[in-house]
Amino acid sequence: MAAAHAGAAVAVRPAAVSARGWGWRHSGRSAPAIRGLDLEICPGERVLLLGASGAGKSTLLHALAGVLGDEGDDADESGSLLIDGVAPREQRGRSGLMQQDPETQVVLSRLGDDVAFGAENLAVPREEIWSRVHEALDDVGLRPAGGGGAGQLALDHPTSALSGGQKQRLALAGILAMRPGLILLDEPTANLDPAGVLEVRDAVGRCLDKTGATLVVVEHRVSVWKDLVDRIVVLQPGSAAAPAVLLDGPPDQVLADARSVLIAAGVWVPGYVPATRARSTAGSGALLLAAEELAVSRERPRRRGFKSVPPLPVQEGISAQVREGQALTVAGPNGAGKSTFALTLAGLLAPVGGKISATVELSRGAGIDPFRWKADQLISRIGTVFQEPEHQFVTGRVLDELMFGPRHLGHGEERVDELLQRLRLTHLVDANPFTLSGGEKRRLSVATVLAAHPNVLVLDEPTFGQDANTWAELASFLSELLDAGTAVVSVTHDQEFSAVLGGTELRLDPAFGSGAPLEAGAA
Amino acid sequence: MTTAAIKKTGNTWRVVDIVVAALIAIAGGVIFWAWSQGAGIVSAPMNAVYPPMTGLIAGGWMIPAVLGMLIVRKPGAALFCETVAATGELIMGSQYGATVLISGILQGLGAELVFLLLVYGNFRFRSFLFQKYNLAAALLAGAGAGLFCGLNDSFLPWGWNIAYEAGDKLAYILFCTVSGAIIAGALSWIATRGLAKTGVLSSFASRKAASEPVFN
Amino acid sequence: MRVALNLRGNHALLTRANPLAKFAAVFLITLVLALSIDWVSATTALVMELAIFPLAGLTLPLLWQRAWPLILAAALGGWSTAIVAADSGAVMLDVGIWSISEGSLQLGLGFMLRGMAIALPAILLMTCTDPTDLADALAQKARLPHRFVLGTLAAMRLVGLMAEEWQTIGMARRARGVGSQGSPLQRLRAMLGQSFGLLVQAIRRASRLAVTMEARGFGGSQRTWARESTYSLLDIWVLLGGLLIAVAAVFAAVGLGTWSFVWR
Repeated sequence: MAAAHAGAAVAVRPAAVSARGWGWRHSGRSAPAIRGLDLEICPGERVLLLGASGAGKSTLLHALAGVLGDEGDDADESGSLLIDGVAPREQRGRSGLMQQDPETQVVLSRLGDDVAFGAENLAVPREEIWSRVHEALDDVGLRPAGGGGAGQLALDHPTSALSGGQKQRLALAGILAMRPGLILLDEPTANLDPAGVLEVRDAVGRCLDKTGATLVVVEHRVSVWKDLVDRIVVLQPGSAAAPAVLLDGPPDQVLADARSVLIAAGVWVPGYVPATRARSTAGSGALLLAAEELAVSRERPRRRGFKSVPPLPVQEGISAQVREGQALTVAGPNGAGKSTFALTLAGLLAPVGGKISATVELSRGAGIDPFRWKADQLISRIGTVFQEPEHQFVTGRVLDELMFGPRHLGHGEERVDELLQRLRLTHLVDANPFTLSGGEKRRLSVATVLAAHPNVLVLDEPTFGQDANTWAELASFLSELLDAGTAVVSVTHDQEFSAVLGGTELRLDPAFGSGAPLEAGAA
Repeated sequence: MTTAAIKKTGNTWRVVDIVVAALIAIAGGVIFWAWSQGAGIVSAPMNAVYPPMTGLIAGGWMIPAVLGMLIVRKPGAALFCETVAATGELIMGSQYGATVLISGILQGLGAELVFLLLVYGNFRFRSFLFQKYNLAAALLAGAGAGLFCGLNDSFLPWGWNIAYEAGDKLAYILFCTVSGAIIAGALSWIATRGLAKTGVLSSFASRKAASEPVFN
Repeated sequence: MRVALNLRGNHALLTRANPLAKFAAVFLITLVLALSIDWVSATTALVMELAIFPLAGLTLPLLWQRAWPLILAAALGGWSTAIVAADSGAVMLDVGIWSISEGSLQLGLGFMLRGMAIALPAILLMTCTDPTDLADALAQKARLPHRFVLGTLAAMRLVGLMAEEWQTIGMARRARGVGSQGSPLQRLRAMLGQSFGLLVQAIRRASRLAVTMEARGFGGSQRTWARESTYSLLDIWVLLGGLLIAVAAVFAAVGLGTWSFVWR
């Protein structure tokens, strides 16, 4: 198997992984994150790791990356986990890890420095570092200037100006420059748009073909990685009786055998679209909110001396209508100002040009411009669900979180119970919102906004990074809301999701090239 | 959390301690920057009426020292965080010029010395009351930072209050100390407990801060 | 804020000097000016500093944009000194606790100029110094522990992100009904809540960044440097320039008899 992928003369020795009865308990926790793991991975194998959340997938990757273990003496390890017969912590640089959030996969502010960082830490001599940097950037398609070809990036290109997909490819380059025998990817594409997903997947494929390194990847969206891996391992939350590995084998066989188990665990199995509630009405269609020739930007006007200079809009000339019981989907590539438009429509950003007007049905005496509404006037008219649920948590307890809006408004507390049940949050009422799982946080953030009973619901990438179960629940719930007369505006790349909601699509494409990150290299 | 458990995680700085402490200091810088856009409304009348009163809001600048220590709980955390915060302020453009670094180091030192004496110092005379990162320790550390801030501003050549009369200097130092205790000390302590409840401190000795006793 | 951290496009002479030399020159000027509150030494230094701002890559509009908040702050400092400092000479204003005399007014004016003369070189310094180069110099030349220097540098990269996140959290909280308008007390509470939200995200991000760094082998005692921090002839000129400004300020003030030591 190793020979099939092995590349030409590249100094990488693929690594073997061996786990025997391995388990790990994080400090401060009573139950182990993973236990009883028996797993052998041969050099050069490419493994996709699946399983429900809580099966310990990330813990395993962190352990293999050698970053587990200095969290204090009350953490607990059992069994053994070895790379080429040696503990991962003893051999830094033997493996390289990429995580989900692109912002934290970049360490330094210059492109070349960031790739060099790992090699520097392994005390590679200076001359060799730069040759590795050039080679690695070339391999991931972020060619440094001087290499020939269009779309080159200079070695001192600011890493903050890269797109999400470029940041992840940069991280891959940083890993490659260490010449690791084992590449570990922990949901590397969960935060990316569809173009970014393919960009990163293809770069990983090319690099593996070249180096022949062993791969372990954790990812919910199986279809992205299925053709790149030659083995799928399904983990289950371990217990004293059951082993950690539920199924193990070639991709097609495992996907066939474990289909129902994987679907139950919320894994996006290829060819499976979760069942959702169909829309039953088309909505009454009364106009609530209209945007005319709107120009949007996140920046506020700058003050230069006594003058106020308006910011450069990221998008302009947008016209759209929001109607009762109808869905409006905002689509388009990253950098086109989709979220900025949604936030402006939701009364959270001031328009840079053009105007937004609320009809009497929506404003109910609050005035025509949502941006000028007071916070409590806003939430009972337009509710906005942000991409990151944590940004919207304002209390330390799930129940208080839900009661927050109704208490401010002085009515609507009776709706909270219904929302709790409908979004399966009842058992969590006393928990701290920040401690919930990703899916629970998403459901809570939708529930808290709806508790104020808004006529318009605006959602920014509501399905990003969600497993299939949460996805289906959310889509069904929103279709129900639409039928009941709420207008739903969603910014999304997810075509299946917008298909469930129906309605109209507004497509935005990057304007001016100012808001869009510089695109370069082979994508 | 007992002192025994704190000792277990050791006094050496892990990578995560360094990065989190630095980012706390920097986030503090971002908060001050946002704050200073509105703080003029408060400090301008203070300045106009009785300038030493500006000491009352000085505590805001010392939050990183106390907060950093309460979270990472390693020797030097207060000094490190406040120095990083001052560096950040220097980069963003400070009215104090390069002397902001000296003030930062001294403020951090003020808090650090309190923690050194009360919590992690290996002294025979430390009382049972202060073996923990409790409210009293936080208040005293904040006061320590405030005291050093007041002394720096009043007596060192670059201090902005060097030309004040003795009585006004004393008033300013008192205001700073109180402000340090309340704003930097109490607020940081409350914030640490809040953060512990969210679970983000799971890899730190402060992960159980929310269930630690308030006084002993 | 992001602009301040990005030196791309600035190819001015002083960007090529070693950050440590620039720091030394700035500290020299700062410490010497701090020794006296008088308008002559401050003005001398201020004029000389203003003469070199193009070397740091600043244009006049940029300089004004960065300097005016500092001028305002220095003026406030001068005012407070004038009303609180011990009176000497003829009293010009005496209302309750406020009193301004000829002596204290002169002190206030000197204080204001000194404040500006101390703040300006720091602005020049940071305009022509990239944090990455500074970190290289601190770790390689000043021999500060590299784990702390690079850990801080990596965290600093996130400052622009934090500033954006601050704005996003503000909007996200407004969408929950938390107003940033209202009484000062309400605004303070809103501000504290927003700060807490930012801290949570900061710690989450920092923890993930630390894992990234460790997974790239960071944290060991041995490491090499892809780019060497070096000294050049330019650094000697920078030091001499700093020395020249400091000495000229002292000579002018002593010569004109205005030098007034702070610890009299």
